[in-house]
Amino acid sequence: MFSDFTAAELGAIFAMQGFAGLILFAVFVLMALGLAIIFGQMGVINMAHGEFMILGAYVTFMTSNLFANHFPDYFGSYFFFAIIFAFFAAALLGALVEWGMIRFLYHRPLDTLLATWGLSLIMQQSYRSIFGAREVGVVIPDWLRGSYRVTDMIEVPINGLFVMGLAIFATLFVAILMYRSRWGKQVRAVVQNREMAGAVGINSARVDRLTFALGCGIAGVAGSAFTMIGSTGPTAGQAYIVDTFLVVVFGGAGSLLGTVASAFSISQSQSILEFFIGGSMAKVLTLLIVVIILMFRPQGLFTLKVRR
Amino acid sequence: MPFKHFKDYMSRQDILAFAVLALLLLLVLPLSLDIMRLNQVGKYLSFAFVAVGLVLCWGYGGILSLGQGVFYGLGGYALAMYLKLEASSPENTSIQTTPGIPDFMDWNRITELPWFWEPFNSFAFTLAAIIIVPSIFAYLIGVAMFKRRVGGVYFAIITQSIAAILTILIIGQQGYTGGVNGITDLRTLMGWNINTDFASYIFYFICVVLLFVCLFIAQFIRMSKTGRILVAMRGQEDRVRFSGYDIANFKIFVFIVGAAFAGIGGAMFTIQEGFMSPSFVGVVPSIEMVIFCAVGGRLSLVGAVYGALLVNVAKTTFGETFPQLWLFAMGLIFIGVVLGLPNGLAGVYNQWVAPYVDRVLDKIFGKEKTPEDIALESSTQGATS
Repeated sequence: MFSDFTAAELGAIFAMQGFAGLILFAVFVLMALGLAIIFGQMGVINMAHGEFMILGAYVTFMTSNLFANHFPDYFGSYFFFAIIFAFFAAALLGALVEWGMIRFLYHRPLDTLLATWGLSLIMQQSYRSIFGAREVGVVIPDWLRGSYRVTDMIEVPINGLFVMGLAIFATLFVAILMYRSRWGKQVRAVVQNREMAGAVGINSARVDRLTFALGCGIAGVAGSAFTMIGSTGPTAGQAYIVDTFLVVVFGGAGSLLGTVASAFSISQSQSILEFFIGGSMAKVLTLLIVVIILMFRPQGLFTLKVRR
Repeated sequence: MPFKHFKDYMSRQDILAFAVLALLLLLVLPLSLDIMRLNQVGKYLSFAFVAVGLVLCWGYGGILSLGQGVFYGLGGYALAMYLKLEASSPENTSIQTTPGIPDFMDWNRITELPWFWEPFNSFAFTLAAIIIVPSIFAYLIGVAMFKRRVGGVYFAIITQSIAAILTILIIGQQGYTGGVNGITDLRTLMGWNINTDFASYIFYFICVVLLFVCLFIAQFIRMSKTGRILVAMRGQEDRVRFSGYDIANFKIFVFIVGAAFAGIGGAMFTIQEGFMSPSFVGVVPSIEMVIFCAVGGRLSLVGAVYGALLVNVAKTTFGETFPQLWLFAMGLIFIGVVLGLPNGLAGVYNQWVAPYVDRVLDKIFGKEKTPEDIALESSTQGATS
C-alpha cells in the first residue's frame, strides 16, 4: 500500500496523520485518565464515563453561549472558564452518583458495570430532553482557529495544539496529585489495602468519593476538549467508551504512564492506518491488534507490582 | 444417566416452573394473541436463548460476557446468508449486472460470490454452522482468555470490544455483509414462503420447542457435577483449582454452551423476522441481553425467559407510547435491579411465593425433599456475588 507514494509524500502523510492522531490521543488521554483513576484505583467500571464527558461538552456549549450573550468582550477567554465549569459540574455529579449508587456496589465490580450503564441511559435521555436530540457545536474563538504551516505539505491546526497542551497539563496534574500529594498517598494506600488504610485513620469512604469525583471531573475536561474536534450530541459519548476502556486495559490498570503510552499507540495506529485502508477498517484492525495483544499479555503494557 | 433419581435432575419447584412456562408459551399465548403479536413474542423468545445461556455463564459460572450479541449475530447471519442466497437465484436477480448474487453485492460492484458465502448454499451446512460457528468462536476466545486466567472485569471489557469490532466490520464491509441495513428481503426456505401467517405459527412453535431443549440442557448442566463446580468456582476459584480441577476448561465449556444457545436464538430471530442486521450484534444489544437475564434472575433459567419477555414487552409498549420515558425507565430498571434485586424476579419469587407453593405441594404430594436438595438450594440462593 505504500508503493503508490514517493518517500517525501509518505513522510508528509505520516506527519499529517500523526498529528491528526495526536488530537485523538489528547481526547483518549483525558477520557482514559479519569477512567484509569476510577477503574485502576477503585476497581469500579464506569460505563457512564462517556456521558460524563458529554456533560462537560454541554457545559462548554452553555458557557460559550453565556459569554456570547452577556460578555461578548471577553468571548476569547470563555474556554478557560468552560474547562473549570465542566470539571466542577462533572465532579459534582460524580460525587452524587458515588454517594447514591456506587458505594453500595464496591464488592460487586461486575454489577457496577450494569448499574452505571443504566445511569448512562438516563443521562443520555436527560440530555435529549434538555438540549434536544440535535447535535450542537460551539463557536471556537478566533485565536484558536487557523493553522501553522510547517512545510508546504504539513499544516498543524492550532486548536489541536491547544487540546494537546490541555491533555499534557491534566496528566501532569493527576500525576502530581497521585504521587506527590498527601491525598494521593491516601488513595494509593486504600487501593493497596482498604482495611489497613482504615486502621491507620484514613477515611476510605471519603477518599473513594473524591477519587470518583476527580475521575468524572477529568472526563468533564475531556468533554471541553471534545467540543473542539466534534459536535456534541446526546449519544456522542457512547462511541468512545469501548476505545477508552481498551486504552485503560491495554495500558495496564493503575499505571498512568501505561495509560498515556497505550492512548498514544492506539490513536496513532488508528490515525495512520485510516489514510491507507479507510476509517472503519483502521479501527477494526487497531482494536483487533489490541485485543490480540491483550490475550497474550492480559495485564497490559505496564503494571504495578502489587501482591494480591 | 448420571442422576440416580429424576428429582435429582429437577426438583418439584423446577417441574412446576417448567410446566407453567410450557403452558404459557404453548397454549395461553398462541390462543390469546393474534399472529402478529405472537410473532413478536417469538422474536422476544429468540433473546431468551441468550438469557438462558447467560444464566449458566454469568449466574452460575460468574463469567460476565458483554459480547453475547456476537454469537447471536453469528447464528443469525449464518441463516440469513443461506436464505439470502436462496432469495437471489439467477431467475430472481436477472436484472442485476451479475445475476445470482445477493442484491447488495451487486450494488457494491462485486461480481463474484465471496468464498465464505459459498458453503451457505447448503442447508445442512447452514444448520450446523448456526451452532458450530459461534461455538468455535467462543472456544477460541475462551482458550485465549481463561487459560491465561483472565476473568471478571477484563473478560467483560474484551468481549465488549469484540462486539464493537464485529459491528464495525459488518457495517464497514458493506459489499460482503449488507452493511448497516443487514441482510434483508428473505423470502423462502427451501422454496417455502416464510412470510405467511402459517409459517409464522410453525416458526413460533419451533422456537418454543428449541427453547425448551436449551432449557432442559441447561437444567442438566445446572444440576450435574459440572454445575456444582461452576458454583464453587464462582465463590472460591482458587480452592477449586487447588482441589485439582482445571478451572479454565469448565469456564470454556460453559461459555461455549452460552454461545451455542445464543447462535440458535439469532437464527430463530432471522427466520421469524425475515432479516438480520448489525443492530443486534453490537455493544448496546449485548448489554441489553445481560439485563434480560438480570431482571429475570441470574440464577433462574426459567426466570431468564420471563426477563427477556417482560423487558421486551415493556420496551415495545413503553417505547411506542412514551418514547422519551422509555430510556429513563430502562435506566431505572438497570439500577433498581442491580441495587435492589440482585437475584431478579426469580429472587422475589423464591423469597415470597415459593414457600407457600411448597406448602401447597407438600399437602398434595407429601414431603419429599432430601437434605441434600435443601443444602444445594440454599447454597445457590445464598451466594450472589
